[in-house]
Amino acid sequence: MSEPTVSAEKVVKPQPKETHVAAEWKHESPLMACRFDPQGRYVFAAAEDSSVVRWELSSGAKTIFKAHDSWVRAIAFSGDGETLLTAGSDGRLIWWETAAAEPKPLRSIDAHAGWVWSLSVLPNGKQVLSGGNDKLVKLWNIESGELVRSYAGHESHVYSVLAHANGQLALSGDLQGQVRQWSLETGACTRTFDAKTLHTYNGGQGVHFGGVRALSMSADGAQLACGGLYKATNPLGSVHDPLVMLFDWESQKLLQSYIAEGLKAVVWKTAHHKDGFLIGACGGTSGGFLLFWKPDAPKEFHRFKLPDIVRGMDLHPNSLQIATAHYDKTIRISVMQPKNT
Amino acid sequence: MKCDYACNSAEHNIARRNFLGQCAAGAGAVGLGLLTRPAVAEQLAREQKKILVINMAGGLSQLESWDPKPGTDTGGPFRAIPSSIPGVHVSELLPHTAQQLHHLGLVRSVNTKENDHGKGAYFMTTGRRRTPAADYPKLGAVTAKALAKAGESLPGHIHVAAGGGGGRSNDAAYLGPKFASITVGGGKPPQYSTPPKGLTDASELRRQQMRQKMNQRFALKRRTAETDAYVQNYEQARNLVRQRDVFDTSKESAQDHERYGKHDFGQQCLLARRLLEHGVPYVQVTHSNYDTHNENFIFHLEQVAEFDRPFATLVADIVDRGMLDSTLIVVLSEFGRTPKINNRYGRDHWGTAWSVLVGGAGIQRGAVIGKTNANGTQVTDREVDGGHLFHTYLQAVGVDPTSTFDIGGRDLPLADPSTESIQEILA
Repeated sequence: MSEPTVSAEKVVKPQPKETHVAAEWKHESPLMACRFDPQGRYVFAAAEDSSVVRWELSSGAKTIFKAHDSWVRAIAFSGDGETLLTAGSDGRLIWWETAAAEPKPLRSIDAHAGWVWSLSVLPNGKQVLSGGNDKLVKLWNIESGELVRSYAGHESHVYSVLAHANGQLALSGDLQGQVRQWSLETGACTRTFDAKTLHTYNGGQGVHFGGVRALSMSADGAQLACGGLYKATNPLGSVHDPLVMLFDWESQKLLQSYIAEGLKAVVWKTAHHKDGFLIGACGGTSGGFLLFWKPDAPKEFHRFKLPDIVRGMDLHPNSLQIATAHYDKTIRISVMQPKNT
Repeated sequence: MKCDYACNSAEHNIARRNFLGQCAAGAGAVGLGLLTRPAVAEQLAREQKKILVINMAGGLSQLESWDPKPGTDTGGPFRAIPSSIPGVHVSELLPHTAQQLHHLGLVRSVNTKENDHGKGAYFMTTGRRRTPAADYPKLGAVTAKALAKAGESLPGHIHVAAGGGGGRSNDAAYLGPKFASITVGGGKPPQYSTPPKGLTDASELRRQQMRQKMNQRFALKRRTAETDAYVQNYEQARNLVRQRDVFDTSKESAQDHERYGKHDFGQQCLLARRLLEHGVPYVQVTHSNYDTHNENFIFHLEQVAEFDRPFATLVADIVDRGMLDSTLIVVLSEFGRTPKINNRYGRDHWGTAWSVLVGGAGIQRGAVIGKTNANGTQVTDREVDGGHLFHTYLQAVGVDPTSTFDIGGRDLPLADPSTESIQEILA
């Protein structure tokens, strides 16, 4: 495919069953994670060559951000979208100018002892949460780079963090399937959600596996989704099924267990669409898929097969385009609209 | 050939449960334990050389251990850290071992051309490729036969496992069951090694005297290879019962348990130290599982981190206790893992360019032999395979790998005669 431009103005109402790949751009190394910037100008992707790649959606113009000396696992933006934050397996959190023509780090700090897996910016746009293999969740001031507070209590690697829309709470999910709710102000863990189904210990192989790989909330704050895998009969051989556990926020009741029959894969990312459906990015031995679930059914109402295994996903601010990061070194922009609209 | 001596007596049941359950001996199981040059054997026995093997089962990634390639297309997310050998870096997953590396050495140019688990393990532990035509004894069996002192009361070939144990394996080939591995684990004495309740020392002595008398009478007219092997195993089992505390890690200090870690591998390393200190010639500890076709990096983070501290502690203790000159230390796998990272963040089987750690007895301190290219896809210097390594292990503990065992009147080579030691790593 050539490098088409993507026009968001043409589409209005999402039609998941019409999802198709509208654009794709290549890098020199397999891709892992991806994010749109808040203004919807760019898509960023993290690559196995430890770089972050920026593509301009309107032109496909590509720019490399290189400063980490290990893989970048998480990408986030300040509220105004002008500052890019990246973090990864070197434990560093690095600040960049989002639209820089020649990107250079504005600030670099050793944020965690070990890998950083996840970042999430608070609704105020001025603070960012990070979570890592040191079992800690941390809150940082984006403007100053200062550590505001650490949140300790997880007993395994923290794979995902999420700032609650009310600006008062943080959520974090770990390898063992525990989701902790933190008071940002006091640092106290005020509730836990049980997503242990997403964790497996395989005694024969001697490994822990799974964890809360994806964490997202519905737009109204009523539901919390925890994504990952279950039925891991052979973790080392990648034999496991994808699973998303959907909890009621208030009662903590498990509302739904979203599955994808026949797929051997993991749900790497979830995104709640404002129209009420949930999107899951699913990759594994079965290939790469976008899965679309409605709250009232465990099975997806639509399964969109991507050309290659998927490892990361983000929903565009216009709620119509989906970016996916792929092993075949390609970033793909899919649109939830019929072709030629 | 099946052994016919199952008399079901209480004594024999005790012994058989310990390690005669597989007393089906090979035809050549003379079991006299003699090298064709007995003077050399006696010298070795006096020096009491030993071999410690850590088997990283499933296939440890060389890129996440001994030969990191950070910043390349195959490097993965882990960085390299300097080791105590000047100019030599290892994966950041090995901070404790890195500080002990000057006591040891590395071979970074292993090419076994073998990507099958079973065949790879066979090659690495027998020094020969597996064929249907013949079966060869594993390193532990060869070591036990070559290094064990005459009349040694403990088994010479011990595998330490996470669980229980007590069984004897069929890994000695023509050397016979006396040299096959016995598996122990759990930090406890072997199963069934507790004498029957109510059996007094006096009655036990009478039982044994009667048994020995009957054995001698039987042997006068009907002695065979099998009866010799059986008698030897029985006596070894009786000695083991007397020394069952050797296997009991609860005798070690709380501080040592803490230093090694209370997880399975830590406890296995502590037991390995105990066995080596008691003169067992060959101790093998298995750490599992490295067969990471999926999520290689999080699993190596988990597994190598678990390996690092207990192994480094064991090496430091071997050094501190003055045992390094007499103890060969080997960390091996059946193969390495592919430089290419697959689409599930995994690495697959790779026998083409990988590494083995070897150090201690007979090995130059801090030696690093062989090289791979920039991204680890090929050996570029001093390519070696399982045969070279097998020769090297034996030579390092003073056993001539080109010598032979006298097995039923036949001279059988200790190691593959078509290959040789890695001379430049030997001290």
